[in-house]
Amino acid sequence: MTGTLNLVGFGLAAIGPGIATGLIFAAYINGVARQPEARSVLQPIAFLGFALAEALALFGLVLAFVL
Amino acid sequence: MRSLVFLSAEGKGFVPPSSNDFELPPVFGNNAFTTKPIFMVFLSVILVSVFFILSSRKAAIVPSKFQFAGESVYAFVRNDLARDVIGHDFMRFVPYLFTLFTFILTNNLFGIIPLLQFPTMSRVSFPYVLAITVYLVFHYVGIRKQGAWKYFKEIMFMPGVPKAAYILITPLELLTFLLVRPLTLSLRLFANMFAGHLLLLVFILGGEHLLQGVIGLKLISPFAFFIGIVLTFFEFMVQCLQAYIFTLLAALYIAGALADEH
Repeated sequence: MTGTLNLVGFGLAAIGPGIATGLIFAAYINGVARQPEARSVLQPIAFLGFALAEALALFGLVLAFVL
Repeated sequence: MRSLVFLSAEGKGFVPPSSNDFELPPVFGNNAFTTKPIFMVFLSVILVSVFFILSSRKAAIVPSKFQFAGESVYAFVRNDLARDVIGHDFMRFVPYLFTLFTFILTNNLFGIIPLLQFPTMSRVSFPYVLAITVYLVFHYVGIRKQGAWKYFKEIMFMPGVPKAAYILITPLELLTFLLVRPLTLSLRLFANMFAGHLLLLVFILGGEHLLQGVIGLKLISPFAFFIGIVLTFFEFMVQCLQAYIFTLLAALYIAGALADEH
């Protein structure tokens, strides 16, 4: 089987952002469940945090192809 | 795994999709300017313009369905993105944010529209250009609002931080504002579209490849196609989300440049 170890490295690197994304949405769901009217305030914040955490995984993906 | 791969194509192994699949040949001629993504960008401009001109041309107090569709997109960008994030004085950024959102959304959706099926933004140069415009806009707005000296002073020396911490914070903040922000903005959009398209390619091409195999593999192939269809819907969600996130971050950067205190 041929391939590159980069992809294994990317898999390992994706663990962190995966956990981070889970934590962010867990907190978001918690917040909305406790106070449904806060939804519109929390939504941009949650997606911002999600985008920032996801960026790390995507850098890994890009580097896995580039390097 | 490898034996399965060989079983399926009488010795001709399955070639997994790679980044080479994104380098499309020119449609006509022999240069880099007539490839499919270029035409799709022009197509998206035409589609967006025609749609919003038509939907707003015969505007009435009781809107038609068409007008309602156009106006709800506009209301979403104006209220949920511009007004909630930038705050007062947001109206002058609405045209820019609205253009960004609809342009990116249309180009992303090309990834799952039959016959087109190629997200323009999976070619990295398009997100780069968009990120450069955001970069220019938010620095320009910040410098206009606060003056160049004060603007860069606030970036480099955040108020309310102990003096010794500046050794660490100043380079980090400069790096964030000048390099990391435009880079993450463009790479996020690019990598999402790239990875999504690759994912679809893996399942659809894989399913097609399994169809050519022995009977056992033929039976597996519908599952691959089924997952491909499910992932297409997932891609639809990701494409909308990425257009939203790109615009949200652009609005946030503008809001940050406008704010008096960071």
